[in-house]
Amino acid sequence: MINPFEVIETIKMIDEENLDIRTITMGISLKSCAGPDIDTVCEKVYNKITTYAKDLVKTGEDIEAQFGIPIINKRISVTPIATLVDALEEPTVEKCVKIAKTLDRAAKTTGVNFIGGYTALVHKDYTNGEKILIESIPEALASTDLVCSSVNVGSTRAGINMNAVKQMGQVVKKAAELTADTQGFACAKLVVFCNAVEDNPFMAGAFLGEGEGECVINVGVSGPGVVKCALEKVKGEDFGVVAETIKKTAFKITRMGQLVAQEASKRLGVPFGIVDLSLAPTPAVGDSVAYILEEMGLEKCGTHGTTAALALLNDAVKKGGIMASGYVGGLSGAFIPVSEDAGMIAAAKDGVLTLEKLEAMTCVCSVGLDMIVIPGDTSAETISAIIADEAAIGMVNTKTTAVRVIPAPGKVEGDVVEFGGLLGTGPVMPVKGYSSAEFINRGGRIPAPLQSLKN
Amino acid sequence: MKAVVTVIGKDQKGIIAKVSNILFENEVNILDISQTIMQDMFTMIMLVDFESENVTLKQVVDKLEEAEKEMGLSIHVQREEIFTSMHRI
Repeated sequence: MINPFEVIETIKMIDEENLDIRTITMGISLKSCAGPDIDTVCEKVYNKITTYAKDLVKTGEDIEAQFGIPIINKRISVTPIATLVDALEEPTVEKCVKIAKTLDRAAKTTGVNFIGGYTALVHKDYTNGEKILIESIPEALASTDLVCSSVNVGSTRAGINMNAVKQMGQVVKKAAELTADTQGFACAKLVVFCNAVEDNPFMAGAFLGEGEGECVINVGVSGPGVVKCALEKVKGEDFGVVAETIKKTAFKITRMGQLVAQEASKRLGVPFGIVDLSLAPTPAVGDSVAYILEEMGLEKCGTHGTTAALALLNDAVKKGGIMASGYVGGLSGAFIPVSEDAGMIAAAKDGVLTLEKLEAMTCVCSVGLDMIVIPGDTSAETISAIIADEAAIGMVNTKTTAVRVIPAPGKVEGDVVEFGGLLGTGPVMPVKGYSSAEFINRGGRIPAPLQSLKN
Repeated sequence: MKAVVTVIGKDQKGIIAKVSNILFENEVNILDISQTIMQDMFTMIMLVDFESENVTLKQVVDKLEEAEKEMGLSIHVQREEIFTSMHRI
């Protein structure tokens, strides 16, 4: 017989501590849809997605009901669309947007929350198709609801494509301007990566990479609230106990992910890819990564000691989670999206959590400068420079980093932008007033870093 | 399919009768019951088996929801694997 205390513990985690499966993401390869004629391509894309993913949402809901664990999002990731654009006869921005609209339509038909993969991987250089796809991103995001886009501008092996970095500053800026009526919402669906991973189930950066198969199920877990509640029980204990507590909790959380991933894979007849071990916060009180750091003894997230606390958390989550799943992948680590985390929102409003501190935090945790609202008058070059800094951290430290900033039109430091839902509330954070334009305008490539002599 | 039914609430007359009756009416077999008072709350955990192919988990959950409201309880029905996978290596 099952131990009653364990049953109650599980139920408490779900009911009171916000344990959930953040996403079941179905990766679908669109390589077979490539061709010269745009209308044929769109038709193939639509048909393939709506066929493969037709039961995805229902299966997710069934699992949710039978196991009693909330599954917040069902999503689709696809082959980087730049691959399709390259195969088109005379690719144009209009044709790219047409594909984006097709993705949006397919996502709506299947009932998923988001579709990711409006993507180009240009860490070394562009192809023609990739250049045009990137140009089309602002319009594609502004004219669709569920499409998410990502661009990989650097990698540890290739260095940083500074031409792409420059262009992405302009793209982010234009995406914000085109969606000025929703405070630059399009930027919330756009991520600029360094060392992007091919099996990430989380948005906005999910796509199905080159080395992936025809169709795959990846699962992202969540549960900052559970970790925080576990730490409340070990107040005052030393860091060995803290790390051990996080590891045990991460193990339990990840087992849920593994179970749901296997079950979804079995029911859909699609291979199981990976479980992503990330701790993903939501704006709900009690579901915050910042509160975990504060539980460790910091008065406010962002104060001195935050980077160390986050490093411990991130490492312990991975150590605990890794044994709980057969295959671990994706981004796997603690996320720090400012507008999506109640504790970070509060810390940013108080001015304790700043862009500089967040940059330091990204050196030791998953992803990067995420969901950060900056003043609307921030120049494209400054945004590019923020991207370059973050890409440099990823490149040198052999990790994934990303930038998802929103230059909210008309907003200034001190304003607060409401996105609603999982995307939360973003206080506008200040950027430096001094120009980086001359630096960004140089263009070219930052060479790949040395892999030895690491000091 | 095996599932765990968890009933938590203020102790009162007829909880076991009510819940087991609903399970009986829906051809759900009770394999094991344990009950205890946890933090002043009546807590009952049942391991059950959905034997009939005509009854879905959802139908039983809907019925139990009525009892939940009527008696001010919190009732969960979850497949057994969620607990075994979380707490057993």
